[in-house]
Amino acid sequence: MTGTGIGAAVRRKEDLRFITGRGHYTDDISRPGQAYACFLRSPHAHARIRSIDTSAAANLPGVLAVLTGAELQADKIGNLICGWMIHSKDGSPMKMAPHPALAVGKVCYVGDPVAVVVAETLPQAKDAAEKIVVDYEVLPAVADPAKAKEGPQIHEVAPRNTIYEWALGDKAATDAAFASARHVTRLDIVNNRLAPNALEPRAAIGEYDAGSDSFTLWNTTQNPHVARLVISAFVGLAPEHKLRVIAPDVGGGFGSKIFIYPEEVVALWASKRVGRPVKWTCDRSEAFLADAHGRDHVTHAEMAFDDKGKIVGLRVHTIANLGAYMSTFSSSIPTYLYATLLSGQYAIPHIYCEVDAVYTNTVPVDAYRGAGRPEATFVVERLVEVGARELGIDPPELRRRNFIKSFPHQTPVIMTYDAGDYEASLRKALEIADYKNFPKRKRESARRGKLRGIGFSTYIEACGIAPSQAVGSLGAGVGLWESAEVRVNPTGSVEVLTGSHSHGQGHETTFAQLVSDRLGIPIENVSVIHGDTDKVQFGMGTYGSRSGAVGMSAIAKALDKVEAKAKKVASHLLEAAEGDIEFKDGKFIVSGTDKSATWADVALHAYIAHKFSGQELEPGLKEGAFYDPTNFTFPAGCHICEVEVDPDTGEVTIVGWTAVDDFGVVINPMIVEGQVHGGIAQGVGQALLEHAVYNSDGQLVTGSLMDYAMPRAGNLPSYKVDMTVTRCPSNPLGVKGCGEAGAIAAPAAVINAVTDAVGVEDIPMPATPQAVWSAIRSRAQPRQAA
Amino acid sequence: MSTAVEVTLMVNGERVSAAVEPRKTLVDFLREDLALTGSHVGCEHGVCGACTVRLDGAIVRGCLTLAVQCDGAVVETIEGVSDSGEIADLQQAFERRNALQCGYCTPGMLLTAAELLKSGEVPSREAIRAYLSGNYCRCTGYHAIVDAVEAVARARAGQVGVGEAQ
Repeated sequence: MTGTGIGAAVRRKEDLRFITGRGHYTDDISRPGQAYACFLRSPHAHARIRSIDTSAAANLPGVLAVLTGAELQADKIGNLICGWMIHSKDGSPMKMAPHPALAVGKVCYVGDPVAVVVAETLPQAKDAAEKIVVDYEVLPAVADPAKAKEGPQIHEVAPRNTIYEWALGDKAATDAAFASARHVTRLDIVNNRLAPNALEPRAAIGEYDAGSDSFTLWNTTQNPHVARLVISAFVGLAPEHKLRVIAPDVGGGFGSKIFIYPEEVVALWASKRVGRPVKWTCDRSEAFLADAHGRDHVTHAEMAFDDKGKIVGLRVHTIANLGAYMSTFSSSIPTYLYATLLSGQYAIPHIYCEVDAVYTNTVPVDAYRGAGRPEATFVVERLVEVGARELGIDPPELRRRNFIKSFPHQTPVIMTYDAGDYEASLRKALEIADYKNFPKRKRESARRGKLRGIGFSTYIEACGIAPSQAVGSLGAGVGLWESAEVRVNPTGSVEVLTGSHSHGQGHETTFAQLVSDRLGIPIENVSVIHGDTDKVQFGMGTYGSRSGAVGMSAIAKALDKVEAKAKKVASHLLEAAEGDIEFKDGKFIVSGTDKSATWADVALHAYIAHKFSGQELEPGLKEGAFYDPTNFTFPAGCHICEVEVDPDTGEVTIVGWTAVDDFGVVINPMIVEGQVHGGIAQGVGQALLEHAVYNSDGQLVTGSLMDYAMPRAGNLPSYKVDMTVTRCPSNPLGVKGCGEAGAIAAPAAVINAVTDAVGVEDIPMPATPQAVWSAIRSRAQPRQAA
Repeated sequence: MSTAVEVTLMVNGERVSAAVEPRKTLVDFLREDLALTGSHVGCEHGVCGACTVRLDGAIVRGCLTLAVQCDGAVVETIEGVSDSGEIADLQQAFERRNALQCGYCTPGMLLTAAELLKSGEVPSREAIRAYLSGNYCRCTGYHAIVDAVEAVARARAGQVGVGEAQ
């Protein structure tokens, strides 16, 4: 495919500013007269605040204000909220504890913001924060989710620190399936806690304009409109029409910039108090304590097979750590984004899943790339792989026997898969990975004293989040449609305004490709505008791989309307009946004649309005659309990881990676491939390197990049990436979404490979050299004893 | 009670004199005092490489270098090497290979890659990975960055089009 339309590997329109250092990230912005904020954070995991003395800090040079929870309450600033209601099995609503932007009366995790200093300079603010005296009564703390229910109670509303005890599926039918099963595979799984670590730290500038009594917030957010809605409707800082939220260039998000955080609320509030713009920029060590973490599940899972290796049931119990407070979407992640994916790519007749969500004295936990789906995939793909080993069946063959083969397919856990060909992606991946010669490679590794292993992950995800009515019935507080506006200028160039937000995904390019393809105009003539609530009417933002399936579908819908209106204009211009006008390759043609008008002609005439009556046809060419999806989309594929393990050190080296994904129609293969690479890297990071570790006192042990191991170039392999395509029938473009696939597929593929190499199933994530070495030793010792 | 120290240095070919606080890092000086915001602050402790700039011809961490240490020094940033055209081929390769997504690590990554390629030799992919291992990228998984650097190394050595794709 050449050109700039759908399917072309168009170079990114956004790159020029980034490769020359001319991007505009939030911290790059300076407002006239801006002051700087520094937060004082709790050093204790759990403590009562007896008193706070701010007088010494307030008297330091340059200090404009020192604010605490008391001032916050005096100004009647509302709490942060979680926007998805989950009900427990017994019908009771989830136990949402109050979450003030600055602590009131007690602190619940290390990093809980206690006070903020606003000063002329950042060094002055930092110096003053050190002079605030807080008298704490330290309380016992709990950080381990498995011990949360027996730990000290953190919030009055939540006895036994239990937020909800939720279940999905038919317990009796699943138990019956297990009772008659031939074989049951059982696993205890810890899905390790992760710190997202987008490379750009979060930042916020709040600015209050007294003349118009209105606020502006520049913010590192993935969804500026949702931020505005929550800050307005729940926090109550300003009415929605008096608050503008701008998300300029944002340096990666991976979920962590979806949420509405205390710091942006405080920056806005403080800007009105001090009468100056207030800027806050997180530093990295602060980010470990201030950005929502991801994962942190403790799971027991069982898969039942019949005598032919068919899966007859799946039973899962998970404890999900939501941290000290319920973050914006936290409740939905271990429920409707997790248990609903437990059917994987397989026809499983009976599934039952229980999830207990708990409070602990840790940073709040919410969506991180994949959000629930990596956890589900890890459970299913580990069970299938271990089940195959226990049954003595080749792992790809066991998968094949259980694949869903006809669509639509209704799973026992809500989802209706609309399209897919799991056999095709597996077959292609096995070829590319040269699976048939794996035994030869394993022998060759053995000659060099290395243990070689291969691991599979045939994953599925639910993206294109999501049909509003459906998520509403499941407890969502918002609709998950997307909006778009297509503005055609009199010269024929086009601005697309979208409620999606790009923070590395390349929307300025892919969205322009759609317009170029559809209107037949050069991609240079299309601009994509996003991330500003004053420009874009509304939007739900970018997460859950929804920008293609939902955001672009909204643009497609708006383009339909633009084309319909343009045809009316063309019919006047060409003096033909509207029904005779065809639009093709950027030209309006009167059917069966050589009469035509260019796109630019029609755009101009839409605005000068000389050829038609303004009473019969409105001048102008600008249309908007809201698109509500009809279903989730279901990207799926097969990742194969091949590793070599050094038995003397336990070090794992990834020697091969094959990814064959089905994302439906691909808009820009170059960008999709990049998304796959990046997702795999984060998944490999989870499997081999990354772990946010708390000690039993609730202190974060991995509080900097010196302690938290993020993948470097030298830790990762090059990837072989390919695709299969089944068109998604649930949206007009046939796209499914690709942003999270790698992070969802990779951890299971890595651990399946490592356990295959070592011959021990009980290896935790991250599979550090120490963990792998210990596993090798645990295997060796009984053997020596025997 | 200002404790500021007078410094004079060359930044992207221009002489700059300023009074800076001793605690101010080079990258904060470039970003805040000179509005050169292309160098980014990603970790403030020398791990991530987003603040990489050139000091007297060699790359340094802008967050571990104090501005007062740079009196009399020659500093080059992404803005400077972009305007001079010195790394234009590398920048084009990053674009062609999709070696950036959010762009936050990119200026530092480019300056590090430029230093690796200065010798004119064609490093192996492993050597490229090792050299870039002081610069974090959270978006790309590094594959495309390695592709881009390798392609430029080969092109500069006259091996255009050879072994570019992995």
